[in-house]
Amino acid sequence: MLKPFVDQLVYELLGMQKGAIFSEAVNFFIYDTIKIFLLLIVIIFIISIIRSFMPPEKIRSMLSHEKKYIGNILAALLGIITPFCSCSAVPLFLGFVRAGVPLGVTFSFLVSSPMINEVALVLLLGLFGWKIASIYVISGLAIAILSGIIIGKLRVEHLLMEIVFEKKGEIHGLSFEMSWKDRIEYAKTYTLEILNKVWPYILLGVGLGAWIHGYVPADFLAKYAGADKWYAVIFATLIGIPLYSNAAGVIPLVSALTEKGVAMGTTLSFMMAVTALSLPEFMILKTVMRTKLIVIFASVVGAGIIFTGYLFNFIIK
Amino acid sequence: MKIEILGTGCPKCKKLTEMVTETVNEMGIVAEIGKVDKINDIMNYGVMTTPALSIDGKVVAAGRIPSKDEIKKWISGDKPKSGECNCGSGCCS
Repeated sequence: MLKPFVDQLVYELLGMQKGAIFSEAVNFFIYDTIKIFLLLIVIIFIISIIRSFMPPEKIRSMLSHEKKYIGNILAALLGIITPFCSCSAVPLFLGFVRAGVPLGVTFSFLVSSPMINEVALVLLLGLFGWKIASIYVISGLAIAILSGIIIGKLRVEHLLMEIVFEKKGEIHGLSFEMSWKDRIEYAKTYTLEILNKVWPYILLGVGLGAWIHGYVPADFLAKYAGADKWYAVIFATLIGIPLYSNAAGVIPLVSALTEKGVAMGTTLSFMMAVTALSLPEFMILKTVMRTKLIVIFASVVGAGIIFTGYLFNFIIK
Repeated sequence: MKIEILGTGCPKCKKLTEMVTETVNEMGIVAEIGKVDKINDIMNYGVMTTPALSIDGKVVAAGRIPSKDEIKKWISGDKPKSGECNCGSGCCS
């Protein structure tokens, strides 16, 4: 639908020669940029509308009633629609645990919320198609559910700081009544806010992708990070941890890496590590838990991410 | 009038503080603008996502930066309806 329109624009209106490397790069750039922006607007808008029905306060009251396993699954699913800002990590954590949400369930939420975010989703959908995007979501959910269950089983309550147990029982849920007009207004504002934040990264990413598409050999990175290199996944995950960004920042990297021969599983691991594990978040979490628990948390999630990377490098050839 | 910004000092909380100050100046009203940045105090407002905004002790927004128009509306007295327990399934039992 979009393709003929872009072809028309590039070859007819701009009068560029079809088949030439430069015109193909321009075509690729315009097509991908429009596609990703359209996807961003539609998907973020829809997710924001859903979210307006599910504020964290409501999620908390749902989760404090759920038992293990079901609670973990629900927490991971609800994490998808909740945007995550590391500033809110501590109040969310305290709010959940103090309200009686089991620790493991809280962790499932804490993993899924940043890992499966709408920008990562749109990016994968736009660049690699719906199959890869669904693989990302499903494996992200699996990692969140399992990490939460494992942490819950480890009985690590003694590794929480005293602050977590202060003032227990004084919880009052806060929620606002919203009309449809408010919801649409909220979704519009949020979508614009995200677009405003990510557009330079998208242009840069797609631009880099378009340039590389034409001018850098396709297997340039394969000899360092192809599917047959056993260390690639671990390496990608480790690099992803200090690279803290809201998925948007890694767009240039991700599109370029895969294009030039980095295996898909390795790319997925990298994306997951960037979004789900971040150093600033670990620092912030020190207010509520001991370093040992943060290390356990990072290791369990990290192991899940690495496993996923190998699994998909093995499956997707 | 007492306006408080709830947040642990993230960039968005600073942005909100700026916006509230501007709005108050534009409206030409007298208001005390304060900051609540201790995590336990923030939790006592029933807020889990920051930045949040409280006017005369009543939280009007949480987890987002509201628009200036909204802030003006709230300051003029049109507070959003909120319940301490309108979550339906007996969450506060």
